[in-house]
Amino acid sequence: MSAEELKIKGKVFRFGDNVDTDQIIPARYLDTSDPAELARHCMQGVDGEFASNVRPGDIIIAGRNFGCGSSREHAPLSIKGAGVGAVVAESFARIFFRNAINIGLPIIEVSGFDSKTGQEVLIEPSKGKITNITTGGTGSFTQFPAFLSEMINAGGLMESVKRDLSERRDL
Amino acid sequence: MSLARNIFRNRLNARKLRPGDFIKLEVDVILSNDITTPLAIDAYNSSGIGVMKGRSKAVIVADHFTPNKDIASARQVKKVRDFAREKSIRFYEAGCGIEHALLPEEGLVLPQDIIIGADSHTVTYGALGAFAAGVGSTDVAAAWASGEAWFKVPESVKVVLKGSLRPFVSGKDIILYLISRIGTDGALYKGLEFCGESMEELSMDSRFTMANMVIECGAKYGIMDADRKVIDYVEERATRPYSPHPEGYSIESDTEFEEVMEIDSSSIEPQVAFPSSPANCRGVSSIEEVRVDQVVLGSCTNGRWEDYEKAARLLEGRKAAKGVRFIVIPSTARLYREMIDGGLMKVFAGAGAIISPPTCGPCLGGHMGILAEGEKALATTNRNFVGRMGDKESQVYLANPEVAAATAVKGYIASPEEL
Repeated sequence: MSAEELKIKGKVFRFGDNVDTDQIIPARYLDTSDPAELARHCMQGVDGEFASNVRPGDIIIAGRNFGCGSSREHAPLSIKGAGVGAVVAESFARIFFRNAINIGLPIIEVSGFDSKTGQEVLIEPSKGKITNITTGGTGSFTQFPAFLSEMINAGGLMESVKRDLSERRDL
Repeated sequence: MSLARNIFRNRLNARKLRPGDFIKLEVDVILSNDITTPLAIDAYNSSGIGVMKGRSKAVIVADHFTPNKDIASARQVKKVRDFAREKSIRFYEAGCGIEHALLPEEGLVLPQDIIIGADSHTVTYGALGAFAAGVGSTDVAAAWASGEAWFKVPESVKVVLKGSLRPFVSGKDIILYLISRIGTDGALYKGLEFCGESMEELSMDSRFTMANMVIECGAKYGIMDADRKVIDYVEERATRPYSPHPEGYSIESDTEFEEVMEIDSSSIEPQVAFPSSPANCRGVSSIEEVRVDQVVLGSCTNGRWEDYEKAARLLEGRKAAKGVRFIVIPSTARLYREMIDGGLMKVFAGAGAIISPPTCGPCLGGHMGILAEGEKALATTNRNFVGRMGDKESQVYLANPEVAAATAVKGYIASPEEL
């Protein structure tokens, strides 16, 4: 699917500022790498019901500094494993940001977008537009720089490294 | 143009780098641990990439859920150990030590190095004048394959520390104060570069603590000049040749920073971070009685010789209060032996401490000191997030080792001056 065609539509799960990776996936669950298993405990530190209520395509919307704390890639992996369509936040902690890009979890930085848990939201990445279908409110965001878009379009970091290595005939 | 950008520029042979530029850099060390390596193994194996150009740079440390806390973690450590053996990657077995205490001790991290680690506290090595940043497991897998990592060149903040330190104040208090001043996202996507007259008074052990916690205000890295203290530290340990600095450079004399922040170190008293944010700090003298169930001394933040030595000095001839579980975690096997030889273990055992093997253990709520609902701990660790050390309804307070020693004796959060 090309970036032009991609649209993400789902129900909102709303969170506040500074949701840390211990809340996204508490350390006691870091004894597995299985996304499905991790998904069962997703967001447990902040919302014990999230994992059973979330449906494929649903959207996490949070405030500032989402994913701060530990570098654990289990955090974006558990969110991806839970089928979440995208994470929207005012800002992301930098390791969470790069982990999400590296593993192909869609993330979007938007400020001042009004939404509540249960409302329906549509994200149109090619237009840089997010719409709250329930209220009609909209927000806008800028596209990723070319370096990141290329990595995302290549299918994530490993695919992009693989391509680089083969272009340099190192593979 | 900042020390970090100088290091990047030398590595790339580039003329100038601007904040926001995306670059790929050859790295010197690729670190991961028993929790983050399994995901890296999966990413590497499923990519179908056969080469491992970063093999000789890779270091794996089994330190988080070790000694194996249960069958699942035993399996996980086994997966990591088997992989390291198969690929001939440097592997540190359970008990060798906590990664960020161990690597400097082993002389594996050096000035001007470019270091990535799938652990957010990888930033610790900035104390040696290295660029060190936390990344994820897939970044580690990619670096194993290519020997490189990608970065966005960050803006840099010059942090000037002025004045003399007060009694019982160490690196922990300076960094907690800084975090509480700018907030947990105050340095998001930025680098912090430390200089100023207080650096003279800050020991290597204090500097490691400061660099270690820059992640708690969102920073990408925290770096310090490789001065005489750093050279003395690495000289006897270095496993590779290194050069201390870009020629003629010092952070102090560099005027090209995006931002400058001044801190009067002499105004800072020992800090205590209240639940549930490292930015929620108060001076120890202003705290009303807070009784604790547990005190933890150790971790990658405050697990170095000076940390144990300062605490032991206060504990000599004293006992931990009744009802307080006082847990001492020597952070490396070498420190464990040195603490025996130096008489520190006798002091801790005499104070009624539970002496743990080297492990990250309770710091991240793994094992060896988990809190029940309603319990409180004071710890020399780095995070006091909700549920960090156990139950969601437990609470963690962060402080320096001397406050920890005083608190263990009194049973409530106390200033070392009360002893």
